[in-house]
Amino acid sequence: MNEFLEFVNNNLQITYILILSIFVGIEVIKSIPAVLHTPLMSGANALSGVVIVGAILVMLHSAPEDYLALSLGFIAVVLGILNVVGGFAVTNRMLQMFKKKK
Amino acid sequence: MGIVLNIIYLIATITFIVGLKKLGHPETAKNGNLIAAAGMGLAIVGTIFIHDLSISPVIYILIGLAILMGSIMGWLIAIKIEMTKMPELVSLFNGFGGASAALIGLVEFSKNVDDSMQVITIVSGIIIGAITFSGSLIAWGKLNGSLKSVVKIPQYNAVNNIFFIGIIAFAIFMIATGVGSQIAIYGLLAAGLIYGILFVLPIGGADMPVVISLLNSLTGIAAAITGILYSNMVMLVGGILVGSAGIILTVAMCKAMNRTLGSVIFGAFGGDNTVTGENKALGSIKSTNPSDAAVMMNYATNVIIVPGYGLAVAQAQHVIHELEELLSKKGVNVKYAIHPVAGRMPGHMNVLLAESNVEYNMLVEMDDINPQFNNADVVLVVGANDVVNPAAHNDPASPIYGMPILDVEKAKHIIVNKRGMSAGYAGIENELFYNSKTSMLFGDAKAALTDLVAELKNM
Repeated sequence: MNEFLEFVNNNLQITYILILSIFVGIEVIKSIPAVLHTPLMSGANALSGVVIVGAILVMLHSAPEDYLALSLGFIAVVLGILNVVGGFAVTNRMLQMFKKKK
Repeated sequence: MGIVLNIIYLIATITFIVGLKKLGHPETAKNGNLIAAAGMGLAIVGTIFIHDLSISPVIYILIGLAILMGSIMGWLIAIKIEMTKMPELVSLFNGFGGASAALIGLVEFSKNVDDSMQVITIVSGIIIGAITFSGSLIAWGKLNGSLKSVVKIPQYNAVNNIFFIGIIAFAIFMIATGVGSQIAIYGLLAAGLIYGILFVLPIGGADMPVVISLLNSLTGIAAAITGILYSNMVMLVGGILVGSAGIILTVAMCKAMNRTLGSVIFGAFGGDNTVTGENKALGSIKSTNPSDAAVMMNYATNVIIVPGYGLAVAQAQHVIHELEELLSKKGVNVKYAIHPVAGRMPGHMNVLLAESNVEYNMLVEMDDINPQFNNADVVLVVGANDVVNPAAHNDPASPIYGMPILDVEKAKHIIVNKRGMSAGYAGIENELFYNSKTSMLFGDAKAALTDLVAELKNM
């Protein structure tokens, strides 16, 4: 427990951001029309591909001869970018169908 | 260098918030998606090039290769896929994000065995990432039909929950005792993967919208945890946004099915409904043919169409739009009634009908359409079952009792298109089909609707 409190104390900034982000997320999404449930989910799904930043960091911080770390990092980058590019592209395609027609 | 990167991350974070906000309104949604995508691109490029490390060119080449490969694959899949395959695709991409988080955790574990707070974030990242990955793959398999059977073993939920508690206990043990072996962490990864499979496998198709948005939310949480690990704000905020947005959507789906979130995660849904085998005399079925159904609709004033998953399976979204246009031209007032959990993902029917150019103001949500069924002359139910089952109102023993449904039985006539008399996912009979006002139009949705359109054209 002490260790946890110490961690929170040492990382106050992160803790505040964490908590505020939760509320921002809730406020931003509240009361969206059902029409947009799928695009929203798909867009959020693309956003979760932000883990790719971590995957890139893994690769940058690996020694060139650390084959295990590099290959795991490589796969992580491929999967992450698939999530990002595929996610945004699919969302865009979906939203194109929602264009107003009159 | 650090300053530039931090500013880039800040900008990216803002684009995520603004983008997500804009995604919530029909007029701005498209821009919102593009804004968030631009921010993401900026964050990725910044991460690769802006740092003080001296990096061997081999690593740059590898990163470039990985990004190129993944981008091309992602783009091609996204562009080529049929619109009706959307739920499984979202699920698949989501799984990739989870896998990425788990892999990052694996690599970082070996570097951080001594710092117990870091180990906590790594371990939770691996567990959540692994669960989302295998869970999403199972969801993908179920949605595209390659995993058909719903597995039922006795005490499934108990086994499942014990397994989950076991994982948590082992993770706590690892953290508390500082077990730093690679074997332990791979064991944990494997356990997470197995739990993801166990978690999604017993879930019936109609509960998919809840599961998909929950898994989506979990990937966000995995990303946020990775952000904590690197003290990286863009990952932290981006991940949390997805996490809380996903939870909101999940709760909305749960409400639409009258379940609590707890019962979704640890509870018995999709599993324990074998008890409702009662075969009370429900009366007789009246079947009709396309020409009679066409006559009925042709002389109606108000027609409400209730689409369900069957419409997507039969790919009948274009035919139904043709039918609706034809009726409108004949002066019939047509609307679509959209149940929040119709289909296999949140908002599934909306996307499906948007693909065939149905105007979105013709799609009416449940609470707004329910009072209008009294005035409807004909309700056409296409491929929907449980969302129109009156048992939700009047049979306390039914597994769907209490779920809000579309009150189609209030209409003067009901035409139900179905392939056969099989029950919905819950395996329960639907009294609606035996109602004296109901006529059954048996057949594949696309074929039946095409016949209906042909008949109407001749009138």
